[in-house]
Order: sequence, then C-alpha cells, then structure tokens
Amino acid sequence: MATPTLVKGARATRSTVALKIVMAVSGLVFIGYVLAHMYGNLKAFAGHDAYNDYAHHLREFGEPMLPYEGFLWVMRLVLVIALVAHVGAAVALWRRAAKARTVKYQVKKNQSSSLSSRTMRWGGLALLLFIVWHLLHFTVGKVNPSGGATNDPYNLMVESFDLWWMTVIYLLAMLALGFHLHHGTFSAIQTLGFTNTASSRARAKQAGWVLAVVVAGGFSLVPLSVLVGIIEK
Amino acid sequence: MASAQGTSPLNQPAQQVSDDARGYYTPGEPIVDPVAPTGPIDQRWTQRIFDNRLVNPANRRKLDIIIVGTGLAGGAAAATLGEAGYNVKSFCYQDSPRRAHSIAAQGGINAAKNYKEDGDSTFRLFYDTVKGGDYRSRESNVYRLAEVSANIIDQCVAQGVPFAREYGGLLDNRSFGGVQVSRTFYARGQTGQQLLLGAYQAMERQVAAGTVTQYTRHEMLEVIVADGKARGIVARDLVTGEIETHLADVVVLANGGYGNVFFLSTNAMGSNVTAAWRAHRKGAYMANPCYTQIHPTCIPVSGAHQSKLTLMSESLRNDGRIWVPKKAEDCDKDPRDIPEEDRDYYLERIYPAFGNLVPRDIASRQAKNMCDEGRGVGPAVTEVGPDGTEQQVRRGVYLDFADAISRMGRKAVETKYGNLFDMYARITGEDPYETPMRIYPAVHYVMGGLWVDYHLQSTIPGLFVTGEANFSDHGANRLGASALMQGLADGYFVLPNTIREYLADGPFEKIDESHPAVVEARTDVEQRIQKFLSINGTRSADSFHKQLGNIMWEYCGMERSEEGLRKAIDMIRDLKKEFWTDLRVLGTNESINQSLERAGRVADFIELGELMCIDALNRRESCGGHFRAESQTEDGEALRHDDEFAYVAAWEWTGEDGLPVLHKEDLIYTAIEMKQRSYK
Amino acid sequence: MRLTLNIWRQRDAASAGSMQKYELDGVSEDMSFLEMLDVLNEQLNEQGEEPVAFDSDCREGICGNCGLMINGQAHGPEVTTTCQLHMRSFKDGDDITIEPWRSDVFPVLRDLIVDRSAFDRIIQAGGYISANTGSAPDAHAAPVEKKKADRAFDVATCIACGACVAACPNGSASLFMGAKITHLGELPQGQPERYDRVVNMVGQHDAEGFGGCTNIGECTAACPKEIPLDVISQLNKDLRTALKQGR
Ligand SMILES: Cc1cc2nc3c(=O)[nH]c(=O)nc-3n(C[C@H](O)[C@H](O)[C@H](O)COP(=O)(O)OP(=O)(O)OC[C@H]3O[C@@H](n4cnc5c(N)ncnc54)[C@H](O)[C@@H]3O)c2cc1C
Ligand code: HEM
Ligand code: HEM
Ligand code: SF4
Ligand code: F3S
Ligand code: FES
Repeated sequence: MATPTLVKGARATRSTVALKIVMAVSGLVFIGYVLAHMYGNLKAFAGHDAYNDYAHHLREFGEPMLPYEGFLWVMRLVLVIALVAHVGAAVALWRRAAKARTVKYQVKKNQSSSLSSRTMRWGGLALLLFIVWHLLHFTVGKVNPSGGATNDPYNLMVESFDLWWMTVIYLLAMLALGFHLHHGTFSAIQTLGFTNTASSRARAKQAGWVLAVVVAGGFSLVPLSVLVGIIEK
Repeated sequence: MASAQGTSPLNQPAQQVSDDARGYYTPGEPIVDPVAPTGPIDQRWTQRIFDNRLVNPANRRKLDIIIVGTGLAGGAAAATLGEAGYNVKSFCYQDSPRRAHSIAAQGGINAAKNYKEDGDSTFRLFYDTVKGGDYRSRESNVYRLAEVSANIIDQCVAQGVPFAREYGGLLDNRSFGGVQVSRTFYARGQTGQQLLLGAYQAMERQVAAGTVTQYTRHEMLEVIVADGKARGIVARDLVTGEIETHLADVVVLANGGYGNVFFLSTNAMGSNVTAAWRAHRKGAYMANPCYTQIHPTCIPVSGAHQSKLTLMSESLRNDGRIWVPKKAEDCDKDPRDIPEEDRDYYLERIYPAFGNLVPRDIASRQAKNMCDEGRGVGPAVTEVGPDGTEQQVRRGVYLDFADAISRMGRKAVETKYGNLFDMYARITGEDPYETPMRIYPAVHYVMGGLWVDYHLQSTIPGLFVTGEANFSDHGANRLGASALMQGLADGYFVLPNTIREYLADGPFEKIDESHPAVVEARTDVEQRIQKFLSINGTRSADSFHKQLGNIMWEYCGMERSEEGLRKAIDMIRDLKKEFWTDLRVLGTNESINQSLERAGRVADFIELGELMCIDALNRRESCGGHFRAESQTEDGEALRHDDEFAYVAAWEWTGEDGLPVLHKEDLIYTAIEMKQRSYK
Repeated sequence: MRLTLNIWRQRDAASAGSMQKYELDGVSEDMSFLEMLDVLNEQLNEQGEEPVAFDSDCREGICGNCGLMINGQAHGPEVTTTCQLHMRSFKDGDDITIEPWRSDVFPVLRDLIVDRSAFDRIIQAGGYISANTGSAPDAHAAPVEKKKADRAFDVATCIACGACVAACPNGSASLFMGAKITHLGELPQGQPERYDRVVNMVGQHDAEGFGGCTNIGECTAACPKEIPLDVISQLNKDLRTALKQGR
C-alpha cells in the first residue's frame, strides 16, 4: 500500500488528524448533552410534577424568541449533525485502521492501553444501537413495554424501569457509556492538543475517570432507584 | 602569529634505513600531492577556495555525482551538492540513510569557537590535532579542518541539531579526551545521532526537491574506471539481487572505516571496506592501513558468541579508578573483598602525572599487559588463538567508582553517568553502583584509508574519498571528537569546494552500458557472486571473519612485532585459500541473502588484513595507534623515528599475485615543530 | 538454556510466509537476542538450511535497524531495542514467537525484514529545517530556552525503528511523526516552516496508508527511546493551528 511518491498539496482539512478533531468536537457536544440530560433525569428524585415540569419547561425554553419546542429542535439539530459527524469520522478511521494492518500477529500483547481505549469502536456501536432504541422508547416511538400510557414522561419512565430487563438494558448501556467516556474524554483533550506535558496528560486521564463515573453513575441512579422502589409513581 | 608560519620547512624528508617488510613489497616512486597548497598556513584554504574554478549553475544539472555512503561525510556532501544543483545519486547499504554508522558516535564534536574564552583558537585546534596524531598527518589538511570547524557548528544549529545548552540558552561545551580547552559540542551521549539526523534531513529535503536520488539497501561492489577516470559504480540491489550499473561524471566514496577487519570492534555489524577496497584494486592507493585506534573503555567480551563490542564513553575515566588485583589468585574473588593493599591501580602507579587519564593507546596497552600477566578480571573466556589453540583468559580490568561515589555522593554520579551505568547493567547484568565495572579495550576507529590529495581526490581521477574512508587528517592517532568534525568538514565545506575544480572540465563525454570498462566491471561482480554461491564448502563467512579477527587482534592489534606480523601474514594467506575453497553460502543471488553480502565483505577484509600487516611490518617505529614492540623507550613507551618514518605509506595494488608497491609521501611541517610525546 | 523458537519465514515480498519451529540449545544468558539468532543461523547454515534474515547494524540501540515482535511485544519484554535485549530476560525451556513488524505500509521483504522507507518519505515531506549549507548565522545568534532545548533533545532521540507502528492497534505512525514535529517545533530555527511541516508530514503519513491515531498509547509503551505521548498532542495542536490558518 506504500506510496513511493511524495504527495503534493497536502491539506490540513483532509488529514486523519482533522477527522479526529471532528470526532473530538462532536464527542464534546455529546458530553455536554449527556451532562445536561443527566441533570434533567435526576429531577426524577424531586417527584412526578417537578420532572414533568422540567420536560415541559424545556419545550418552552427560549419563548417567545424561539417557537414552542424551538430550543429543543435547535438542540436536536446540533445533536444529529454531531452524530453524523462522529459516526462518519469513526467509520472512516476504523476502515483506515483495518487496512493499515491486514496480516495480524500470531501473538500480540497489550502493554499500557486501557480496555476502554481498545473497545471504543464496539462500545460506540453499542451506544448507537442504544440511542436508536432509546429514541424509539422515549421520544419517537414512545413505547411503553408495560402497556400503560405514554404521554406522561415521568410515568412512562417509572413504568419502564419497573421491568427488570429494561433496567438491565439501560445499565449495560451506561456501562458502555462509562467506558466510552473514560477513554473518550482523555482522547478528546489529547486530540485537541491540550496534553503537552506528563502532568496535563495525567489530569486529562483523571477527567476521563470523573466523567465516566459521574455520568454513568448519575444516569444509572434513576433506573436503579425505580427498580428498588426509591422512585415510584 | 600564525600567518608568518608556513613558509619554510622545519624538518628534513625521512630516510628509511630499516627494511623489515623486505620481500613483502616492492618499493615505488615517491608520491607528491599534486595540488598541495603553499604559502602561509592560515591563508592556504581561503586562497584555494578562490583559485578553484566555478561551475556555472546551469551546467550543474547536467553533472551527475555518485556518492557512496550516507554517514556524516556522505550525507552532508549529498545535501550540499544537491542544494548547489548538481544531480546526485546517493547509496547506502542500510534501509535508510539515517542509519549510517555515524549515528553511533557518542562523545561530541570539536570546533574552535572559543565560546569559553579559554584561549582556544583555530591554531590551537590545529596544533592539538597534529600533535595528537603523533606528527603523521598533513598539516595543510589539518589546518583547513580546524578552520572550517566553527562553520560546522553554525550549520548544524541552523538545521535544528539540539546541542546541549546552558541555562542562558547558549551552547554548552566540555573538554574531551584530556584536552585543556573546552571546545567539544555535544548532545548528551548521542552527538553522532543528532549530527547525522541533521545531515540526513537536509539530504531528504533535496530528495524531495529532486536533486538527490537515494538508493538504499544497495551495496557498491565495484568502481567503473573508464579511460582513466572514475565514471560510475556497479551496485547490487540487496533486496532483489539485481546487479545495477550507475554512471556519472564523478564518484565520491564516503563508506566509513574498516575496523571490522578485527571482527570484534565498536563499529556497526555492516561496516566494511568493500567500497574502498574495490577502488584500491582499481588503482586507488591505500594509505597507512595499519593505523588503528583502540579504545580503552569498552564492555569486555562475554563469550564466543560475541558479535560486536560496545563503547562506554571515555568520560568515565574522569572519575573512575582503574585497577586489577596484585595477585593472580585474587582474580576470581568478589572485588569488594579485595583489600586496598592488594589492588594495583596500575595507571596511577606507572603514570603518576596523568594517572587514569593517559591517552587511549597507553591505557589500552596497559590493560592488555595486565591481562596477559594473568591479572585480568571477570569471567574467564575461551580464546581461540589464531592457530586454533584454546586457552582460558580473563579479559577485563576494573573501573571502580567506589571512591567517586563516596566523594561526590551516589546522586551526583548518577546524574553524570546514569545512562552509561544503565547501559552497562543491561548488557552485563551487573550493577555498577555496587560492584566495579569491568572494561577492556576494543578496536574503534581507523586512521588509515584511501590516499587522497588536498582536494580529497584519490589516485584515480574523478574518485574522491571523504570521512573515515580517507586517510587524511588524523595521522597515526585521532583525538576524541575529531572524526565527526572531519566527516562534516569534508561533506559540507571541503568537498563541495574542491570537486568543482574537477567538474569544471565536465560534463564528460557520455559513456554507456556497452563501454568495455562498464561491461568488465559488471562481469567481474557477477562472476564473483557466482563464485561465492558455488564453492559449496562447509564454513560460513562469519566463521572466516572471526578467524581473521583473531589473527589481526593477536598480531596486528595493540602491540605488533616483526615476528608476529610475519606469522600473521602467512596465516592470512592460508586463510584466504581456505576461504575460496571451503566457504558455504546458501540461497541465491535473487533475493535478500545476508550470507552472500557477508561473504563479499569478508573476502575484502582478508586482503586488507594482509596489507595492514605488511604496512605494520614496514613501519618499524611506534607512533600513535601503532605500537611496534621493537621501538620503545627503556620504560616501555612508544618511540617514534621521524628520521625514518615521517612519511605517509601509500600502497598500490598490483594484482592477486603481485606484491604491493609502497609509495612514500614525505611529511614536511612548516608551522609546527615535531616533538616526542611524554605522559610520565 | 534451551529454547523453542517460532519464527516467521518468508522468501520475499511476493511469497506467502509461515511460522517455523526451531529448537536451540546452549544459549547463554549473556547473549543478546540477536546473538542468539546468530547462533541459530550458524546452526542452520551447517544443516544446509538458509539462515533467518533479520536487520541489525549498530547493535547498541541507536541506529534503529533492528526490530522484532517478540512474544507479542515490539522489541520484546524490556524497554529497549531488540539488539539490546539480553537472553537473561528469558528462562530455560521458554517458547519464543518471533514475527516481523506487521503493517501494510511496511511490507515484509524477507523473513523478519520489513521495508520502512515510508519513514524516509515522511521526513522528505517536511521533517527538516531549510538551511542551505553556508547560509547559517553564528550558532549563538539565537539562544534557546533551556527547557525547550531539553524537550527538543528528548524527542529528537527517536531512532525510526518502527516499533510504534508495529505496536499500535491502528498501525499509526503518529509517535514517530510527532517526535520530529515536536523536536523542530520547539526550536526558534524551526518556526518559519512549522505549520506547513505538520500539514505536509501528516499528508504523507496518511497517503502512505498508516492508520489514524486514537490515542491508545501502545506506541509509547513499545518505544525503546521512551518518546512520550505528548508529541502526538503537540502534533495535533500544530495541525489544529494550521487548520485555523487555512493551510
Ligand atoms: C561507537 C563509536 C563512537 C564514536 N564516537 C565518536 C565521537 O564521540 N566523536 C567523534 O568525533 N567520532 C566518534 N566516532 C567516530 C565517528 O563516528 C566515525 O569516524 C564517523 O562517523 C565516520 O563517518 P563516515 O561518514 O565517514 O562514515 P559512516 O558513518 O560509517 O558511513 C558509512 C556509509 O557508507 C555506506 N557504505 C559503506 N559501504 C558501502 C558499500 N559498499 N555500498 C554502499 N554503501 C556503503 C554505509 O551504508 C554508510 O551510509 C565514534 C565511532 C564509534 C564506532
Ligand atoms: C453514537 C454512537 C457512537 C459511536 C459509533 C462512537 C464511536 C466513537 C469512536 C470510534 C471513537 C474514537 C475512539 C477514540 O478516539 O479512541 C469515539 C470517540 C469519542 N466519543 Fe464516541 N461514539 C458514539 C457516541 C458517543 C457519545 C454518545 C459520546 C458522548 C457522550 C461520545 C463521546 C466520544 C468522545 C468524547 C470521543 C473522543 C474523541 C477523540 O478521540 O478525540 N461518543 N467515539
Ligand atoms: C438512564 C438513562 C436515561 C434515561 C432514564 C433517559 C430518559 C430519557 C427520557 C425520559 C427522554 C424523553 C424526554 C422528553 O421527551 O422530554 C429522553 C430523551 C432523550 N435521551 Fe435519554 N435517558 C437516558 C440516557 C440517555 C443517554 C445515555 C443518552 C445519549 C447517549 C440519551 C439521549 C437522549 C436523547 C437524544 C433524547 C431525545 C431528546 C429529544 O430530542 O427530545 N439518553 N431520555
Ligand atoms: S517513536 Fe519510538 S518506537 Fe517510534 S520509531 Fe521512534 S524510537 Fe521507534
Ligand atoms: S498506539 Fe496508536 S492510536 Fe495513537 S497513541 Fe499510539 S499511535
Ligand atoms: S541494531 Fe542498531 S538499534 Fe538495534
């Protein structure tokens, strides 16, 4: 595959590093979103009305400057763009890496990489599946597996997580998210070029741990609490 | 003061009376450097730069230059000549030009910058180098070397070579090899690497610009001499085995040193003499081949499997104390259990003034003497003598840091020598902070090489030789940190200014593949390869190489004697016969075949070894790296004979069965008076 | 000691290769790993079998010629080059698997020898400072802050062995490239070409077919010169700046 010639007119925008920067920026958008979303979810602990008010408030946010649900749609648009960019870049890099080594080692040891860094792609795929399912579940499709009403977000959530297998699906997804964030946070900071010393690199790794634990843990609290009955209708 | 110097001779031409090598050579006509400059020594080079003709920039594109070698000498030349607009083809046997052996140099590079304001000057560097070379080098060349040394540092810094710096951000210098001024620039223990990468990067830039074409994994196997001029080379593509001819207007050899003739040396595994030797066989004279530098601080041999030796920086001798047990029966004891009164700090004892800092050759020879007396330390290794007899000898002396650690503290020793200690621990498995290091001398550098004139042109017109491959600047002994200086001086500043005088007559009449000289060179190469592959004997090339190394080390190593050298020559001749009848090279020419590569190199080493012994036999004096047992003072120190040997011995090849012809070039000094050195 | 060696044998780039098993006795722990292979080769030559081809030159850890995948680790179990690895890191009776670097950009030329010429081309694309011979100002014209000079040196020690590529799950050469970009980028002399350099080097890297870096960090663990991951961050930062400048 080696090109024995020199490339002419290389452009920064067409480089693998640019792809990575796209991935890092979209990843950071996701991080911002999940943090906010997690905060919203935790309102569940404040009870039925507070939670539903919050959901409602989101839709009115920005009025009258924005139409009803305007803010929500702007956010959705940003998220969709980020998703397309993130997944697109991920696929491009994945294919590249697959082509870079077509003959595998008979024996290969990993020395310093974390499990999370090596499972980013499969973890990302799992997250993609989860997001599809999650949207069907709560937003687009509004499926209530236990058969109840779907127009009350709080009740929909509580009824869903009363089912053990729903909780398991969500907990597994949160595990994947935790892994993805553990490496992803560090990786994004490194990709953006902020880790030029050993200490800044150590801090970026810590940030990865903190985010992974806070986000995955924070999200998991709600389904777990429903399951054990701390949160109920 | 210097400008008055250089106008009248200070010594008489030598008159040799002894003739130890009679029967092994034919005396030839004396040789004179046809382009030697005259006039005040400090103006010779400037004048020459002006006098040498220029090549019109439009013409440069039409001039093809072949450069064999990408070390400091070859890499720097390729970059500079490429920048000038010539059409350069660069060859190396490694997979990248950046891996040339210059990369391994550790200590540093000298330059008369006088940044320390400690009294250094071009003249002092010149003086130290001539004296260090034991007055066996050409003064015009050495002066020029000292003169351009400062430009080298400027050039390298501009390329981004990360030399060591002080807190103020300016370059740091250290003193090296016992010199009293601090003129050595360094990049930790990796100076050669950083300098080479500078040259390599400059060269790669020219590759991108299209002025340099690089041929890696190519080994030059023959020069093409057509109508009296060097016009190209025959090279083997080491991957496909293809035999290629490359034609040009001029050929430059920068193929490095041949220390590997001793098998074990600090040189890289692939370092070889083939390019130079093939040129020698085509008419280029070989000068002072016996001048070899043996470095005292290397890690000792640990067994018969040893493939090369590792140098430990000379700087260790600044703080370490060298000793062996007084009694042979103590040699296998734990050194820490040997009481002070039973230790022999032999350098401090014999040379109270210089102690452990005596020059390389003295430190080396004394270490060998101690081991020969049976007082060596470390594991006894089986030594197969040149005649095949085996004996058990301990080859090592202690280099002890216990005093330094108690004086400076372990921390300070660690900061100063930490990386060297680590390397030692990795190789030997011993902790040098706890037990003394063991060291032993090893072949390190060769001062001999192809004879060149002041323009670096050999006796074949159009064949230039630079770097360690030529003989020119270091006389009988090289000062530390001066080889890097010479390689870069040749490559960046000297060759580009002298080669144009030759190229001004070009472009030369084109020759093509059908020229009889091209066909002949090519056929020779092909036949030789077929010969190697078809002998089908029982022994590997390596095993012959090891045996040659044993002979050379025993008889043409640290101490040489008339009797030993005669014996060695006979043994080498026998070895050569055996080689050509009992070699086994498996595989084919048409793919990577490392046994085949080695066979070619060993064949050339064998012939070189014989010439080295003849040269050593003829030179019945001790000078620099060459110590003849017959020529020493009452207390065993080297004794020079300027009256007989103040000349360069340039040897001419006369065929497989002919005797080499000795041409002498007188060394006449006009700026420095010769003195005997003394370190007592 | 006695060893069982599983070694990749391949005639040339066009042929298929396979693992071969060899028994080797009488290995001493003072041997370097490559000296152990020398002994094997001497034995093979005697038996009339072609020796195993592998690259090495300086055998002191500086030229970057050597490099083998030993039991799944680039340059073996210690942080050093293959030539500086010694047999005391192994035990009597060990099974050792020896493979060439695996990367489609480094095709196997024979047995354990690969073609790393892509590294030269990455340097050609911009891994230099343009300073024609003779054009240099005095070496003291531009002082360099000690901290920067030290960092430049630390990363300039890369020997282009390719272990980073061999170890990286993505087959990326980012560590190698980052080392050069950081070295030249720390020095005042390297500033004028700094941002073009990174764009051109990365462009060549990508065109060669190396993978993109996803910050996994196997490279730095395999690097015999301990080049830190900082250099990849620096590379990214310089590229980001180049993007901003519209290069
Ligand atoms: C361990 C060690 C440490 C040293 N430390 C110092 C030091 O601190 N200071 C100092 O001044 N000097 C030092 N020296 C000496 C110095 O490094 C060398 O003398 C110098 O680098 C030689 O440079 P060169 O360009 O002449 O040749 P080399 O760097 O040896 O280059 C030879 C080139 O020729 C090529 N070549 C050879 N034969 C062929 C062929 N047949 N076909 C094609 N290509 C061929 C090779 O591929 C290579 O590119 C040291 C030497 C050693 C061994
Ligand atoms: C939608 C499906 C997703 C896929 C397929 C996916 C895939 C990937 C892949 C392959 C990487 C590169 C791995 C690496 O750089 O080491 C990555 C990086 C990253 N992902 Fe995702 N991911 C997805 C969703 C998410 C989500 C939901 C978030 C945040 C909550 C996220 C945050 C990140 C971050 C921060 C990075 C690091 C960017 C970088 O390396 O510079 N990703 N993702
Ligand atoms: C336990 C974990 C989670 C719970 C209980 C949960 C709950 C919900 C609920 C109730 C909604 C509907 C809100 C509304 O319509 O007002 C929603 C929407 C959404 N959730 Fe989650 N969520 C969880 C985790 C996640 C994660 C990890 C992600 C992303 C990686 C995510 C992404 C989204 C998205 C994109 C929407 C749609 C927002 C919109 O456009 O309206 N959720 N979630
Ligand atoms: S960065 Fe390290 S592993 Fe990669 S080529 Fe350089 S020295 Fe080898
Ligand atoms: S292992 Fe590979 S993914 Fe990046 S950090 Fe190193 S190049
Ligand atoms: S052979 Fe030079 S680094 Fe290993």
